Amino acid sequence: MKFLHLVWSNLRRKKLRTSLTLLSILVAFVLFGFLAAIKHALAGGVELAGADRLIVRHKVSIIQMLPESYKARMERIPGVVLATHQTWFGGIYQDPKNFFMQNPVVPEEFLAMHPELILAPGQKQAWLKSRTGAVVGRKTADRFHWKIGDRVPIQSTIWSKPDGSRVWEFDIVGIYDGKDKGTDTTALFFRYDYFDEVRRQSWGKGQVGWYTIRVKDPAQAADVAKRVDQEFENSSAETKTEPEGAFVQAWARQIGNIVMIVAAILGAVFFTILLVTGNTMAQAVRERTGELGVLKAIGFTNGQIVSLVLAEACLLTVLGGGLGLGLAWLVISRGDPTGGLLPMFFFPTRDLLIGLGISVVLGIVTGIFPAYQAMRLRVADALRRM
Amino acid sequence: MNTQGNDTLVSVDGVEKIFHRGAEEIHVLSNLQLRVPSGEFLALMGPSGSGKSTLLNLIGGLDRPTRGTVSVAGERLDQLSDHRLAAWRARHVGFVFQLYNLMPMLTAERNVELPLLLTHLSKAERSQHVKAALAMVGLSHRERHYPRTLSGGEQQRVGIARGIVTDPTLLLCDEPTGDLDRKAGDEILNLLQGLNREHGKTIIMVTHDPHASARAARTVHLDKGQLSNEPVK
Ligand SMILES: Nc1ncnc2c1ncn2[C@@H]1O[C@H](COP(=O)(O)OP(=O)(O)OP(=O)(O)O)[C@@H](O)[C@H]1O
Ligand SMILES: [Mg+2]
Repeated sequence: MKFLHLVWSNLRRKKLRTSLTLLSILVAFVLFGFLAAIKHALAGGVELAGADRLIVRHKVSIIQMLPESYKARMERIPGVVLATHQTWFGGIYQDPKNFFMQNPVVPEEFLAMHPELILAPGQKQAWLKSRTGAVVGRKTADRFHWKIGDRVPIQSTIWSKPDGSRVWEFDIVGIYDGKDKGTDTTALFFRYDYFDEVRRQSWGKGQVGWYTIRVKDPAQAADVAKRVDQEFENSSAETKTEPEGAFVQAWARQIGNIVMIVAAILGAVFFTILLVTGNTMAQAVRERTGELGVLKAIGFTNGQIVSLVLAEACLLTVLGGGLGLGLAWLVISRGDPTGGLLPMFFFPTRDLLIGLGISVVLGIVTGIFPAYQAMRLRVADALRRM
Repeated sequence: MNTQGNDTLVSVDGVEKIFHRGAEEIHVLSNLQLRVPSGEFLALMGPSGSGKSTLLNLIGGLDRPTRGTVSVAGERLDQLSDHRLAAWRARHVGFVFQLYNLMPMLTAERNVELPLLLTHLSKAERSQHVKAALAMVGLSHRERHYPRTLSGGEQQRVGIARGIVTDPTLLLCDEPTGDLDRKAGDEILNLLQGLNREHGKTIIMVTHDPHASARAARTVHLDKGQLSNEPVK
């Protein structure tokens, strides 16, 4: 640390050159940050969709329902570990614009199926005890300022109660978080047993919207899907089984090409940065041969000289990289620039760390050759060139 | 602090130094002998290109002889590894150069502090040593100045402060007054003489200037690779 002043003083020597180099590094890292956020926003859905989960829906359309009794039959199919169902409730809270999903589920099965939804154990217990209880995602809870203990009225567009009213009231007993930033935490889930009992008077009793099943081995998912559909062939409700991420994947494949083009551009930018910084460092060392000679005469070892030059290069790239990543983070955290196309637009912490890592590597790569030259300098020769 | 005595501090024995410039061999020093007792102020004179700087570099552990031995305070410099030699320099020698060789981006005090960065001294201790060294060369009021804002004489005094701040065994000066006018040069010589007389520093000073060498206790002359006590005719 006591050498920091010495390292820093060398960067101040040619202020314009240092600033320009810093600026080009900064721009490269801002670009890097944006690409990371865009790539994540586009590919996020695909990565997050559980690779071991299949969705089973009615063969004709998603609107048509499946019997509740299918669950037991599905779980007997080889390769299926767990099956659980959800049903479209189609509720409106206050205003149709306030869209978010609300589905009745069987709490324990549902939570077991979706480990990416984190619910505190106490809240889970509360949910199991309260028939009218519901859990809601952090994002929606924050949006409507809901707290645990609140009773929220939701008007279903589909399901009416025995008295003919369509306003259902749920007690918020839990607020779940996503395992990572990319997890959707907008939906509300309530208990199927309560739902099924209340809707009894109208229609659809014992019918559910769709099933999610977990397969033992994701590699066998396609086979399992085929077996499920065969199981219900020629029944009153034939099924169509697909991987959870299938639809997102098809979309992402088209986007993938765009990502590749941007990645190629970024590669070129970083290569240029490598040359720019490398040149800066080479010059910085060449023009102070004499000074390096003095340091050696004073007793700086070769190792210390190498460290000084590497530290200088790294200071330059980490400073530029850090500022660039910081700026990218600031702009990205203001949210989706497309106004809705990229709902999961954020700077993933992992890419932030990768960016910092790249900036260090950049420093070492650009500093290593000048550092080697500085090390090889013979003191007596260097002093002659002061 | 070294006590003035007659025990040999520097001994150069049978030293030969050959430089290679392409295929050409340049014999600079041949079978050279030199003993410098501890506490001596020695002037080294000789024509340009005679090898004065080369000899000084050998004594300061900046270069190795082609043949022969160089020992300082009992340590065989010609046998130390690069790494050990660097550590040895940090502890035992201070250099003063003709062109001061200060770091232009560092203030006077930071320049003087440089050799102390290689020690285990704390920040407070370093600052104390720096102040003492700058006071010794009479530059306490210039500690925050950058080299370019100092006169040549002042820069050289900073250079001397840097050379003595670690209290080295040996101070090696290569034409310390070579770039200064008579008045500034005299101040530097007074300073070196004071360091030698009052603080017992052993000093070897290369110079072209008889006026400067007159301040030393002894003068040796280098010519054709050999030392003699008489000036070259
Ligand atoms: N690294 C080197 N490679 C080749 N030749 C060298 C090298 N260092 C010194 N020499 C040669 O050795 C000779 C002695 O050089 P040196 O610098 O010791 O002379 P000097 O007595 O200090 O001269 P001056 O009074 O001009 O400083 C010169 O001819 C010089 O060109
Ligand atoms: Mg010389």
